[in-house]
Amino acid sequence: MSALTHNEPGKKRLTTSAMIASIASEGQATRPAPFGHALAALAEQRADIVGLSADLSKYTDLHIFAKAHPERFYQMGMAEQLLMSAAAGMAREGFVPFATTYAVFASRRAYDFICMAIAEENLNVKIVCGLPGLTTGYGPSHQATDDLAIFRAMPNLMIVDPCDALEIEQAVPAIAAHQGPVYMRLLRGNVPLVLDEYGYTFEIGKAKTLRTGNDVLIISTGLMTMRALEAAKALQADGVDVAVLHVPTIKPLDEQTLLAEARKPGRLVVTAENHSIIGGLGEAVATVLLRNGVTPTFRQIALPDAFLDAGALPTLHDRYGISTPAVCARIKAWL
Amino acid sequence: MNISPSGHAALSLAQRAFNIRRHALRMGQVQGQGYVGQALGAADLLAVSYFHALRYQPQDPEWEDRDRFYLSIGHYAIALYAALIEAEVIPLDELETYGSDDSRLPMSGMAAYTPGMEITGGSLGHGLGIAVGACLGLKRKHSASFVYNLLSDGELNEGSTWEAAMSASHWKLDNLIAIIDVNNQQADGHSSEVLAFEPIVDRWQAFGWFTQRVDGNDIDALVSAFDAARNHTGAQPRVIICDTKMGKGVDFLETREKTHFIRVDENEWDLALENLQIGRTA
Repeated sequence: MSALTHNEPGKKRLTTSAMIASIASEGQATRPAPFGHALAALAEQRADIVGLSADLSKYTDLHIFAKAHPERFYQMGMAEQLLMSAAAGMAREGFVPFATTYAVFASRRAYDFICMAIAEENLNVKIVCGLPGLTTGYGPSHQATDDLAIFRAMPNLMIVDPCDALEIEQAVPAIAAHQGPVYMRLLRGNVPLVLDEYGYTFEIGKAKTLRTGNDVLIISTGLMTMRALEAAKALQADGVDVAVLHVPTIKPLDEQTLLAEARKPGRLVVTAENHSIIGGLGEAVATVLLRNGVTPTFRQIALPDAFLDAGALPTLHDRYGISTPAVCARIKAWL
Repeated sequence: MNISPSGHAALSLAQRAFNIRRHALRMGQVQGQGYVGQALGAADLLAVSYFHALRYQPQDPEWEDRDRFYLSIGHYAIALYAALIEAEVIPLDELETYGSDDSRLPMSGMAAYTPGMEITGGSLGHGLGIAVGACLGLKRKHSASFVYNLLSDGELNEGSTWEAAMSASHWKLDNLIAIIDVNNQQADGHSSEVLAFEPIVDRWQAFGWFTQRVDGNDIDALVSAFDAARNHTGAQPRVIICDTKMGKGVDFLETREKTHFIRVDENEWDLALENLQIGRTA
């Protein structure tokens, strides 16, 4: 219904993008399949790395790994409960399984298996999932707008939401080196390259200031850091000075850095995430700030608490307020 | 006379099964409750597992070359503790702590608590999938170890069990032996009425498994089936479907109205232990 009513007469109607549309904007620098290449490279160094797919290897970039290391690739079929329990069994035998599927299927369908077969025993399984948040126009069956909320309450599970190709490449060996289960959100295909400009290095559990600014502090994660950086540049032209603090590790949160940044006076604090407004980064940050008596003016950029429309990604990102122009407009309105 | 692969003193498997039943009843007595019906029913298949089939070292439960025994049905913990006590993995006197605060023997089996408890069970339908992964891992390591997974008939309700069953034959996991305790009893009633599981043999065969069905309280039949499962040369997983009698060995519990959680009154524990002894010596 809304998909129709939102189209303006006379405006060219964008077609629904493919399920796995790239989030790169036109002309943006990208790298192909950073996860698949990084995992294949890591497997050269580490004999204990194995990769498991639930019939989505081509759609999670795991096929790159499978091609490089066919004997270490396990096709588990379209059976996510089995995928996670088998990954637990592999970890029990000393391997470091990267279990991959879409974020909706891991978080919604396989939850109990991740919780009891993997997390309760603190097993060394790395769960890497495509289509986090609103990164497909396919509709709610494939839009994992709730995965962070679902996973944040699971003990032992580390949660990582990388921003770009560079961060994915760095996060793969880092999460493999971490002892314990990790859930990582995945950007796949031609993934934008953004953080190279900022001399950035991913470190587990660390939030990093990518840009300083005196008027606004954006605390962002995942691809919204990319949008925050673009918005900061655009807002600079309007005389608004925006700092960006990137928080790739959502659990455990880098509370010390968050508090230090949020305590700096005179700044509007805005969280930005590719996730429902319920249960994600924004609520996590708000809790940390309140618990520590830090109370800046606080706003959230996040997806609405709703099943989202199908459609073309640029249309949807505009509609739900996570495109760069939408981020700029909302921040200006809040100032 | 049976010589256990783990090097235990040579007691008959019937004596081992008797001892396992006695340990389970004593734990039930300590706690005043417990899934003793299941433990009594599964004692024979556990005796054959731990004193005939499995390779393990009682003093080193994590010995790399051991056969793995995965208990998916966490509520059978009392039965497995009894077997692990008999196998000297757990000291006999620890039996007194069963189900108490800070005990290594909680009511539901969890890996972090108990030596020899390989996986955390309780959320049913997990064990066979974990076993599939472990078997794949063991094959990657060129290990000769087997993974045994004890499931219940109720666990066949879970779709994940069948995902794992399909996967195990896809991967030709000839190092996987599933044991299904069919006592036809689950939480809400007879398993056959809650969700019909027959024809159980045909189903497992159709999924590509080497399938045997035996009287799970007949030790000789169990020994033959466990041997056949291990020695089978087909490149396929193996399943032993064991029809068991809940409460087996204690006549008044065998005939008591069957429920998932058999009620035993306070004054009945001693009677049950006596009754078990009488049945043994008769």
